[in-house]
Amino acid sequence: MPFYEAFRLAIQTIRAQKLKSSFSLLGVFVGVSSLIASCSIANGVDRYMTEKFAQTLYGVNTFQLRRQPMFVPNVPDSVWRAWRRRPRIRFSDADAITKGLTVPVITAWQSSDQVTVTFANKEARDIELTAASERYFDIKNLDIVIGRPFTGEENRSGVPVAVLGDAVSKRLFADRPPLGRSVRIGGVPYRVIGVVAHQGSLMGFPLDRFVVVPALSPAQNLVNPPGILDAFLVKAHSDLEMREAMSQAEGIMRSRRHLRPKQDNNFVLDTSEGIQRFWAGISNILNTVIPGIVVVSLVIGGIVIMNIMLMAVAERTREIGLRKSLGARRRDVLRQFLAESTAIAAVGAVLGIIAGIGLTLLINKLSPLPASVSPTSVVFGALMGAGVGIVFGVYPATRAARLDPIAALRQE
Amino acid sequence: MSTVQLFRTGDTPLPDVIILTHKLTREYDMGSELVRALRGVSVQIQKNEYVAVMGPSGSGKSTLMNLIGCLDTPTSGEYWLNGQKVSDLADDELARIRNKEIGFVFQTFNLLPRADALHNVELPLIYAGLSARNRRERAAHALQRVGLGDRMDHKPNELSGGQRQRVAIARALVNEPSILLADEPTGNLDSTTSSEIMDVFRELHHQGQTVVMVTHEQDIAAHAARVITLRDGLVATDQARAA
Ligand SMILES: Nc1ncnc2c1ncn2[C@@H]1O[C@H](COP(=O)(O)OP(=O)(O)O)[C@@H](O)[C@H]1O
Ligand SMILES: [Mg+2]
Repeated sequence: MPFYEAFRLAIQTIRAQKLKSSFSLLGVFVGVSSLIASCSIANGVDRYMTEKFAQTLYGVNTFQLRRQPMFVPNVPDSVWRAWRRRPRIRFSDADAITKGLTVPVITAWQSSDQVTVTFANKEARDIELTAASERYFDIKNLDIVIGRPFTGEENRSGVPVAVLGDAVSKRLFADRPPLGRSVRIGGVPYRVIGVVAHQGSLMGFPLDRFVVVPALSPAQNLVNPPGILDAFLVKAHSDLEMREAMSQAEGIMRSRRHLRPKQDNNFVLDTSEGIQRFWAGISNILNTVIPGIVVVSLVIGGIVIMNIMLMAVAERTREIGLRKSLGARRRDVLRQFLAESTAIAAVGAVLGIIAGIGLTLLINKLSPLPASVSPTSVVFGALMGAGVGIVFGVYPATRAARLDPIAALRQE
Repeated sequence: MSTVQLFRTGDTPLPDVIILTHKLTREYDMGSELVRALRGVSVQIQKNEYVAVMGPSGSGKSTLMNLIGCLDTPTSGEYWLNGQKVSDLADDELARIRNKEIGFVFQTFNLLPRADALHNVELPLIYAGLSARNRRERAAHALQRVGLGDRMDHKPNELSGGQRQRVAIARALVNEPSILLADEPTGNLDSTTSSEIMDVFRELHHQGQTVVMVTHEQDIAAHAARVITLRDGLVATDQARAA
């Protein structure tokens, strides 16, 4: 019996046994869609963390010279206290590194704190004020939609100009044009020269509630003591060049701080690696545990399918006997059941893929989880679901196919 | 019959002999006891014969028919079909023989309930590897032969008992088998319908079909030219009659 005959037969049988077929189909469907959806959540959170979160926090191919790491999950108090005793990063450190690096880089100073920004009788509270040098916008990839960033000249002369985050601009000016207006930061009037594009939020943190001003403008006193930086940002062209720059910067800092070879650094060259490593730990768990649970449920689903098929085979043993008595070989019977469960599994898998992707989009839209369809999970889910459906569908038929026709016909 | 050859192990049957069994036995191991359904049956049936198999219930008629129909395999002994020794063939080869050489009509019809008459008759042709169009033509022709040309799209539950058995006969005929086997084909039918079915068999025999039929009833057996009687798994009598 050729395969297309087996499929024709399968479709007839599936139509005739709607309930049983739909149960098997449901098993595959649920397995595949939940596998895809759960992998997509893990994948989405993963990509979000490695791409967006880390990059937004640090920038691409960028390291930061800091007193202590920016992202510190669970450090003991003693370590924290030791960090706080370290010397701070000074303007002069930044200058020395800028002079000393042989790798082409762009650099920026950065110091931040929370402030209140006002315009007329309007107030924007808890705004992150960043006093930075002009290349900060490039390193952080800030997209200025209205106006312009401040220049190196403005930075060096400490001109009181400000670039606003989207939320700050909306809060203070609503629909009025913000450019040229004067906002007050710590009592000092600042002229608005630019607004950054709306960025939304990252893991629940708002990204648009900030103001960037020149590092040497009057507001520098609000964020750090004179001559002190939170971070010195260095962006290279590639990961390789970044590593080279890092090792040069490390040497420069160690010699400036007179560290002996055995002494540890009393500063950090912070990259997104730390947060990514931390994340990789969580994501490993997510990526094995979640699909693991789903695979287990798929196998359980498979066993259910098998039982349904076993019942179907018991009911159909007479049919198998009859077909064998009319000349069906064992492989014809198996082919019939293979076609049947393949058809069911394929339909289940296709519907499962559609539902899995739909579910992912829905989760993305309706929940804070940044789900993103992972192509491997689609392939894996489809193979897994269809495989389970087929294996557990065919296995029961192998038993009936082995019977003598008359023995099968005799069964009630 | 005049041409009966005395068959010994190692011989091959004469060309005209379609069915030859030699000391055929079939035992069922029931655990506590051994049921010896056939205890050495030797019969020869020639082309174009019409043979009735009779005997009391439990004498081994169905067991013999199942062996002849290759639905079952003997415990010992030889079975030759059309000059080929089939008693030691493997599963797939038996399937091919069932498909090509044998048409089997069961007492209980054994039709697929989901399928209509035409599809039921088509079944053997599917396994013979015929194209769909070819199959439909031949199945339709077989149904016309048994007088059911106008019932092809009826499901078994839309047909009377006699009509169902006609569908089963059409299915048995559709592959143009060497032998038509029927195990009490009228056992589930009333007497009027029975005689109609018997007319079908007689007509097929007249057209040249070799027929072997199990029956209880003397008047049905009267249609046959030859009657083999079984008793306790052995041939008791084997008589030719004037047709
Ligand atoms: N599958 C089986 N298992 C055990 N015993 C069987 C089986 N089939 C037939 N028999 C036994 O073999 C004997 C012959 O049965 P059968 O050929 O069906 O007789 P008949 O058709 O002449 O009534 C009976 O004693 C019956 O009980
Ligand atoms: Mg019987």
